[in-house]
Order: sequence, then C-alpha cells, then structure tokens
Amino acid sequence: MLAFIVRRLTALAATLLVAALVIFMVMEVLPGDPAEVMLGLNAQPDTLAALRAQLGLDRPAPERFIVWVLAFLSGDLGISYTYDVPVAELIGERMGVTLPLALMAILLSTLIALPSGVLSAMYRGRPADTVIMGIAQLGVAVPNFWFAILLILLFAVSLGWTSAGGFPGYDDGILPALGSLLLPAIALALPQAAILARVTRSAVIDVLGEDYIRTARAKGLSGRTVLWRHAVRNALAAPLTIMGLQFSFLLAGTVIIENVFYLPGLGRLIFQAIAQRDLIVVKDIVVLLVGMVITVNFIVDMLYAWADPRLRHGDSNV
Amino acid sequence: MFDGRSITAARQRPGFGRRAARHPGFVIGGAITLAVLLTAALALVWTPYPVTSLNIAEKLRPFSTGHLLGTDHFGRDIFSMLMVGAGNSVLVGLVAVGLGVGVGGPLGLYCAMRPGFLGEIVMRASDLAFAFPALLTAVMITAIYGPGTVNSIIAIGIFNIPVFARLTRGVSLSVWTMEYVAAARAIGVPSLQIARRHMLPNIASPLIVQATIQFALAILAEAGLSYLGLGTQPPQPSWGKMLHEAQTMLYFAPMLAILPGACIAVTVLGLNLLGDGLRDLLDPKLRHAAKPQNT
Repeated sequence: MLAFIVRRLTALAATLLVAALVIFMVMEVLPGDPAEVMLGLNAQPDTLAALRAQLGLDRPAPERFIVWVLAFLSGDLGISYTYDVPVAELIGERMGVTLPLALMAILLSTLIALPSGVLSAMYRGRPADTVIMGIAQLGVAVPNFWFAILLILLFAVSLGWTSAGGFPGYDDGILPALGSLLLPAIALALPQAAILARVTRSAVIDVLGEDYIRTARAKGLSGRTVLWRHAVRNALAAPLTIMGLQFSFLLAGTVIIENVFYLPGLGRLIFQAIAQRDLIVVKDIVVLLVGMVITVNFIVDMLYAWADPRLRHGDSNV
Repeated sequence: MFDGRSITAARQRPGFGRRAARHPGFVIGGAITLAVLLTAALALVWTPYPVTSLNIAEKLRPFSTGHLLGTDHFGRDIFSMLMVGAGNSVLVGLVAVGLGVGVGGPLGLYCAMRPGFLGEIVMRASDLAFAFPALLTAVMITAIYGPGTVNSIIAIGIFNIPVFARLTRGVSLSVWTMEYVAAARAIGVPSLQIARRHMLPNIASPLIVQATIQFALAILAEAGLSYLGLGTQPPQPSWGKMLHEAQTMLYFAPMLAILPGACIAVTVLGLNLLGDGLRDLLDPKLRHAAKPQNT
C-alpha cells in the first residue's frame, strides 16, 4: 500500500505542476502583455511600467513561473490589482460561501440519488423505476441555472418565502446564512443527483446479478439484508468514482449559480475579476480550483484502492 | 464473409429501421432532434420577424396570433428569437463536436495503431485535460481572448478533443488486435487504408453515440457561457443570453425566462434520448441482452 501511495503522490505532484504550467502558459500567450490587458488602452506609461515591475514582467518567463509557484506554495498569492488586498485573503473570504454551498450540494445530491438509484434497481422495469429514471433523464437535461431561475420564480416571486438572491453573511448567525444557500444548493444538486442516481441504479443492478448474491439468497437471507448488506455495499464504488469526477462540474456549476443568486463566492469573484481584467486573481482561482479537482480525484483513487486491494498491485490490470 | 450462419442470423434479427421504430426513447429523441435541426435550418432563411430590429411600442406583448410567444422588453418577437437561438446552439454543438471528432478521433486512432512515446503523451495530456473544469476553463479562455461565438466554440470544442481521443483509442485497441486486421497487416495493406477500411466502420458506433452526448453537453455549455455574457454577443440572440436578460424581469414577465430554458432542456433531452437509443440499437452486446431483459 505504501509503494502505491508514494507512486500516486508523485503522480499527483507532477499533475499539479503541469496544470500550473498550462495555466501559466495560457496567460503568457495573451495578446499584448498582461499589464496592458489589465490597464486597458488608455493606460499611462508610468502606471504601466509600475504594474509591469509589480508583476515581474521584466524577468524571463521560466523565472516568473518558478517564482509564482514557490510563492503560491508558501501561501503568497499576490495582491489583487482591483481590490488592492492580498488574493489569499479575498479567496479565503469567498470560500466561506462557496465551500458550504458545494458541500450542501454534494450532501443533497447524495441524499436524493443513492436511495432513488437503489429503489430504481430494486423495482427494475416496474413503474417506480420508470418514473425515477424519467425524472433523472429530465434532471440531466435541465440546465442548472434555468432550474435555479425556476426555483426563484416559485419560492421568491410566487410564494414570497425567500429572497431572490443575495447572502446575509455570518454576522446574523449561521442559520440565515446557510438558509440563503439552500435554493442555490438545490439547483446545483439536481443534475448531479440525476447522474448519480443513474450510475447507482446500474451499479446495483450489475451487483445483483453476481454469484455471491445468489448464494446469499440461497442461504435464506431476507431480500432486504441481501440488498443492503451485500448488493449496495459492493455497488458503492461506481457512484463514489462518479462523485469524484462530478466535483469538477460542481465547481464550474458554482460559477454560474453564484451569479444567478448574486452570492459573493469564488465563482462570482472569478467572474468579476474577469470583467475587471484582474488576471492575478483569475490565475490564482483557476489554479486553486484545478488543484482541488486533481486532489479530490486523488482521494477518490485512494479510497477506491483501499476498498479494492486488486487496484493496489500493478496498474496494468486496472 | 457471408457464410450460411450469418445469413440466418441476419434473417432472424429485425433490421435497424424496424428495431429503431420500436424503441420509444430513440423515436422521441430522434423526433425532437430532427425538429430542432429543421428549425435551425429554417431560421437561416426565414423567421416570422427580424430579430435584430427593436420595436419598443410592441414591448412585452403576451401570446397572440401576431406574436405567437409574445415579445421581449425591446419588442422583439420571442418565437423568432428562439428560432435563431436554435440555429446558434446547433452551430456551436456541430462545430465543437466536429472539432473533437476531427482532431481527437485521428489522434486516438494513431495512438492505438502506433503505441509509443507520442501515444503516451497524448493520453497523459488528455488525463490532464480532464482535471480542468471544462466550463471554468472555457470561462477563462473567453475572458482572455474576448467573448464571442467563435471563442466559445473553440473553448468548448477543445474539451471534446481528449474525450474523443480516449474513446477512439480504447475502442480501436480491441479492433486492432482482431484477426482480420492482423491479416490485412500481414499482406501489407497500408496503415491508412486499414484505418479507413477496417477500423473506422468498426469503431463508428461508439463514436456516434458519444458525439450525440457531447453535442448535448456543448449546447449546455454554450448556454452557460452566453448566460454569463461570455458567449454569443448582442444583437445575435441565444437561449442562454435570453435567460440572462429575462432574469431581471422575473416579477412581471416570467415567460421570458421559462421559454428559452425549456428550449435548452428539451433539446438536450432529445439528444440524450437519441444517444441512449443509438447505444441500445448499435451495441451488439446490449442488443442480445435486450431480449431477456424485457421478458
């Protein structure tokens, strides 16, 4: 297991480094230099020169890349050009919205998807299965930002139960803050839940066809015990992998959903930074999000290997 | 090639058309997709009203015979805008998927036929590409190179390249080891000819299925980018942008937000149903398994 972890950790570090390099290069091939892009056409020459020096543009690109990576690792993400505060501070503040939102969405989608997927597999081919899978088919097709708007239409415009957006902050307590994240989390969770339910269903159906399930049945275990103790437990690997893969969709989803609900999270920050051409913030957030996706997939990989010893020994069989 | 056994097998199994007609998902999905494609084509030559001319006197009209689905806050005909929006979505989907198949397909095929250093690089690069949240990177690309239809197509299409490279490599690898390919190689048939005559027909089905699914994803991604203001630019209408504009008018004109979203959802639903149906119909394993499943 140790050798496996070391091998995977090396691969993780390499992937993160290459990802950072790719993002750095995308920013490098900007038409004109970043200082000009950030300041626009009417920039004064001395302002331009000052910003160039601040960004280190007078130094060669490989050196800038190394300086940037080392600074990033030590937690120094640079100073935001438009907000004039350290980027790390900005990101930390916005994480307070994005992180709970993403976690709530994951929780909601799991709570909806796993039971409905199992239920669908149990009643395969019967009306319950058709209805659940029909809803899942719809859930995959509905864009989350449209679903978000429909939720606003229903709960804010028609019923008047909530506001149409905004975030009260944590000063008035945690509950109102989390309450304002509920509709966005539901909007984010729907497509995720739909995909997860489909995967869970087919994984459970696959496992139900295995020999050991027949054995468990033959030795007289009740249908419920066979389903929950043997089938669902063994079928969980597939939905787990999908959840890891979906994490990247979830993060991208927050960019749009935070804009629909005017939530001051990372997604809205990157969008505003783009509009204001604050490239330092854009670059840092993208690296951070990509790094999160790579790390989450690494963790899923490890969990997978922990659950299935076959995967630890030699990648060739995987 | 046509020995007695395969002829009897062919007789026993109903043809593709007949099986397709009995597959409800395929029929519904196909009908929706066809309707969207026809609407998109029609919008190129005709719309009930021009979509770029404003008519404030006619603003926010309800459904009527004059304006089938009413008008927006600039007095533009919603039905005409939705038609042009369909054209926009189809264009983005076609080009983005075309880019993926056109570049990723040959890359994957090459990696399967000539395993080696280049193949390894292509596969590692596609691993890396999967780590980037596609929509987020599309946001970054359009932000840096400027918003617009062309840039959003490129941003969406780039992520289709690794998808198709991987899929093509995966399915080609198994075909490459088949005896008839080995035989063709042994008698010295040039690689390109093997790829065209023996590989392509055998790997086409999974690629077609995947293309349908990626088409749907591209439409969703374009709608998302346009909603954020990074995709199609005014005055050209797009479903995503219509949604964005409608959001500020939710309290007095909710239909403006409901209609474009419904168009996106129905189109994506149609493509997904078509993709699922094609998979059922084209995959020989599922085809044989389908019978005991239904009984």
